Amino acid sequence: MSIDRVIAYLLRSWFILALVFIFVPIVISFIFSFSPNRYPTLPLGGFSTQWYEVILDEAPVPRAFGNSIKAGVIVALISTFIGFAAAYTDYRYRFFGKNFYLALALLPPTIPVLILGLVMLMYLSRISLVGELYSVVLAHVVYCIPFAMALIRLRLAQMNPDLESAAWNLGANSWRAMREVILPFTMPSIFAALALTMAVSFDEYMIAFFTGGVTETLPVRVLALLQGQVSPRINAIGSVVFTISMSLVILAQILLLTRRSGERSIAAGGN
Amino acid sequence: MADNALTPTAAAGGGRAAARKVDGYAFFWGVPLGLWQLVFFLAPLVFLVVMTFWTVKNFRLEADFDTVNWIKMFGKGYVIDTYFRTLWYGALAAVVCSILAFPASYAMAFKASPTIQRICLFLLITPFFTSYLVRIYSWQTVISDTGLLNTVFGFFGFGPIDMLNTLFGTMVGYMTLTLPLVILLQFFSLSNVDKNLIEAAHNLGCGRLRSVFMVIIPSAKTGIILACTFAFILCFGDLVSPTSLGGSKPPTLSILIVDTVKQGNNWPRAAVVAVVMVLTLIVVAFTALYFAYGVKKSKI
Repeated sequence: MSIDRVIAYLLRSWFILALVFIFVPIVISFIFSFSPNRYPTLPLGGFSTQWYEVILDEAPVPRAFGNSIKAGVIVALISTFIGFAAAYTDYRYRFFGKNFYLALALLPPTIPVLILGLVMLMYLSRISLVGELYSVVLAHVVYCIPFAMALIRLRLAQMNPDLESAAWNLGANSWRAMREVILPFTMPSIFAALALTMAVSFDEYMIAFFTGGVTETLPVRVLALLQGQVSPRINAIGSVVFTISMSLVILAQILLLTRRSGERSIAAGGN
Repeated sequence: MADNALTPTAAAGGGRAAARKVDGYAFFWGVPLGLWQLVFFLAPLVFLVVMTFWTVKNFRLEADFDTVNWIKMFGKGYVIDTYFRTLWYGALAAVVCSILAFPASYAMAFKASPTIQRICLFLLITPFFTSYLVRIYSWQTVISDTGLLNTVFGFFGFGPIDMLNTLFGTMVGYMTLTLPLVILLQFFSLSNVDKNLIEAAHNLGCGRLRSVFMVIIPSAKTGIILACTFAFILCFGDLVSPTSLGGSKPPTLSILIVDTVKQGNNWPRAAVVAVVMVLTLIVVAFTALYFAYGVKKSKI
């Protein structure tokens, strides 16, 4: 019995160590974004918001931030729509070449972003679509569709398959069944997909670096700073972005929780 | 609603009949993905392969059909070395990450209450919403020669220890990239292991360690292998860790690609490396799927 407890204690400690490893860079970055010194020192030299002022004053950073937000929102909308459509197609239809179709839908994230970026640059520059914000959007949608599709497909898998045909039998046509049965049931996963794809696009730097050219998004700006000399501006940018994305995640969680009660009743009705 | 007898067709079967009736509807949902991924995913990849046969003359790309890029790239010893080094780094990172993650995911699956599990899930998802680049920069300030860790070592009278720009640095970056994902995937498959099996093993006199290796790991092997494969895929193609924490020397394939583009502007030769990387990943992914799901074919 006591050996069991020692083992459990050791395992839990190991888990906590893993969490420490995961959170060290996040916490350090947050703390040193308020450091007055360029080089991080122990103990902390004081408290200052100068790096936040620097990133606000430098034109590239706010502009890059704006680009990221714009690209993120558009990418989220397009890739969630396509992801939903593909997930629904996979859920409802069987057709010739379906495995190929699914491979197209799910493969992009298994290709390194460096290669995707390179390939996109080669290809888009051939058809003169490179160097603009929409180039980043085109490429990011390819990369984000699988995430949206996977989330929504998982949700569809939980749905009672008889619900949709029941709606048809009750006189609804396909469109109406979609609007009144499928959409309400998948709504939580649609919101989750919007949040996730926006977050993925917001954080992606390699594809954006290659396809965007001089049109920088925020992580591309960070990449440029990372390759230069030591700059605590990265910490400040990271902390701002972290605060914003975590607020979005928590907001999405709250939305999901408040909606869950409503959609439970639909699911229960099907049994 | 409850009367299923009226609707004997399940989604798939009924869908097939409905597909013939309402083609417009089916096309509306089916076509967007096909169109988008054909134009912006498959076509670029095909173009990448075509590009490997093009040539560069006077710093200008020319459409051609020449195998010179393949011959040149495979003829260079350091390219072959870099290929095997990258394979080795990826495999090492995947195995180390799986081993480090296993006790943690095991603790989470078997030694934590549902509430603790939910909190842990939330904590493990958090890093996905922080920038990988920012975390790598943060590690730089922690493990550099004058960084935080060496400062702490200094207080205790030893060091500085070289960590930045070594293989250790690269591995720290790889773990930052993969550890949360691998713990999550291992946890999901471990929490699906039938608890009765473990109990049965105990009752039959199977020791703790033996039941982990003979019962738990085999039952959760699909998730464990998939997690390991994801870790390999992510590390194999990563550029940031080997450059910013590993110091770019010796190079990995990603660094080789960037150098080939930057120095000679030689896109076709970079494309050769990219094609080889994609092929390698495909082979690794299918091999892993084969082992993860056993000999009989089954869907994810």
